[in-house]
Amino acid sequence: MSDLFKLEGVHVEVKGKEILRGINLEIRGGEVHALFGPNGSGKTSLINAIFGFENYKITKGRVIFQGEDITHLPPYEKAKRGLGISFQRPPAIKGVKLLSLARLCAKKDGLLIEEYAKKLNLLSHLEREVNVGFSGGEMKRLELFLLLLQDPVMVFLDEPESGVDLENIALIGQAINRLLGRKVEPDPEKPIKKVLKEKRKSALIITHTGHILDYVEADLGHVLLGGRIVCSGNPREILHTIKEHGYDECYRCFGGKNERA
Amino acid sequence: MMNVTDALEEKMKELKLTEEEKKRLLMTGIDVEAKDRAGSFFLCDHTVSQCVINQEGLELLPIQTALEKHDLKDYYWKLLQPEKDPFTKRAEEHLEGGYFIRALPGAKVTFPVQACLFIRMDQFTQDIHNIIIAEEGSELHIITGCSTSPHVRSGLHVGVSEFYVKRGAKLIFTMIHTWPEEMVVRPRTMVLVEEEGVFISNYISLLPAKDIQAYPTAILQGKNSIATFQSVLLARKGSFMDLGSRAILKAEGARAEIISRSVSTGGTIIARGHLVGEAKGVKGHLECRGLLLSSEGVIHAIPELEARAEEVEMSHEAAVGKIAREELEYLMARGLTEEEATSLIIKGFLTLEIKGLPPALKEQLDALYEEMGKAL
Repeated sequence: MSDLFKLEGVHVEVKGKEILRGINLEIRGGEVHALFGPNGSGKTSLINAIFGFENYKITKGRVIFQGEDITHLPPYEKAKRGLGISFQRPPAIKGVKLLSLARLCAKKDGLLIEEYAKKLNLLSHLEREVNVGFSGGEMKRLELFLLLLQDPVMVFLDEPESGVDLENIALIGQAINRLLGRKVEPDPEKPIKKVLKEKRKSALIITHTGHILDYVEADLGHVLLGGRIVCSGNPREILHTIKEHGYDECYRCFGGKNERA
Repeated sequence: MMNVTDALEEKMKELKLTEEEKKRLLMTGIDVEAKDRAGSFFLCDHTVSQCVINQEGLELLPIQTALEKHDLKDYYWKLLQPEKDPFTKRAEEHLEGGYFIRALPGAKVTFPVQACLFIRMDQFTQDIHNIIIAEEGSELHIITGCSTSPHVRSGLHVGVSEFYVKRGAKLIFTMIHTWPEEMVVRPRTMVLVEEEGVFISNYISLLPAKDIQAYPTAILQGKNSIATFQSVLLARKGSFMDLGSRAILKAEGARAEIISRSVSTGGTIIARGHLVGEAKGVKGHLECRGLLLSSEGVIHAIPELEARAEEVEMSHEAAVGKIAREELEYLMARGLTEEEATSLIIKGFLTLEIKGLPPALKEQLDALYEEMGKAL
């Protein structure tokens, strides 16, 4: 399958400071990639820049999605083309009921609202204001709930497990697999293999702890350091090395130095 | 008892309301078919076009008739004095209409009573005097809609209102204004609340008026009396709104809450609030929140707390700001355009969980917010 999503030498500036210096990344249809990196390495900035948020300026390079240069499109145009995001820290929106937002996200099929809300234990939250007084786990469930309704082609999940207790991680893992089309219900019309192939979606998952990879299979892992992707490979091996030896090993490997150490 | 529908058909036929006018009225909380209303009063310019009752325990009369029928010396010009200001004086000199609404002792008027003050003639002046009495132990819900025919551009509306909430009674008063751009509006409202009485005021003004100034005041005269004021205001370019609510807590156990939400897309809003604690152990809270969407606009919050007795507990919070970029981007990343996201956030900001609204009115308000969202 050809490249679905491509970053070509992307440089990102935040408030006048260059955070990312030439990111190259290719994600093919149906692939799930994991992005590792120490705190402050620019993982969230990368996603925010891809979506075109105001304070994250792409100063050089291109973002290509389905063959189209979408670098400078506004966020909603990106969403319209099939990019979805789960925020690390979603904002509370006072006075706006979750149900109203869900309806706007589920333009295609409002009937799914109840079904997905049930699956994510959010039925009783539908009448509440978006993220007002939600716990960390509730916020993350809400992110996946809205993404399921949006039904995007490709998703960016920014630390979907942070602030989530162990019990909820499994639930979130299931929801991600459902979202990515990696868990499907048997279909009387078609063999599961075919359904999987049709529904399979691409993702870039930012994970600090790697916990979520116990539930979601990643095809490729990348390490972001010093504003560049310094290493790509088997996500389990990368995670294992980071867990054992910390990011110092990554610095050693690519020849830079840990400025924080 | 008169049948509301029959009476209406006859009266409303004479009025020949256009579809546009009906739509405008609906946005003002007035259902011309008076469905689910305990009573309905309709003043068009200076003419009472409708005054019908559909529930026992309720009295509804044009103010002139009430003055002939009842001795209102304890109620008429009792809380307000004509000398207060030139507008109030005007209302005394030109009594051109108004309503008298009374819930009899112990009567629970379950459906709301609607009262509409409608202006159809351009450059017209309407001087109104209203009296509401919720007798002991009664419960009364009133929706007052003030509006004009869509072709009206300018005019002056002066409304003097004196409300009496007797011992243990409850009055929920919801006022919706849908005025045109060149309208000058001067409501003058005073409320007296006796022991254990409850007064709840909801004020909603989302369409542009040139100039509105009001400072309704509740006097909490009786022990454990309660007043709540909630206001939702939107000022567009060219609008000037100087609006506040005041509660004077005069008896032990009295409580008051004043909440306002203001949005300016270019107009000026002065959001006032004033709590006066005159008795030991009274409690009050004041909350003004404003959203300024244009640098041409002004939001000036003036919360005032005035303690005149011991052990008074009063607090206020005021916040004025702009829409958070983070919230906008969050919604845009979900596929909403910037305009859709802005409108959703503003609607959310203005949506106060208004107390005691009947479902039908709530639906109408949602429709009004929808219209407003489109017009932003």
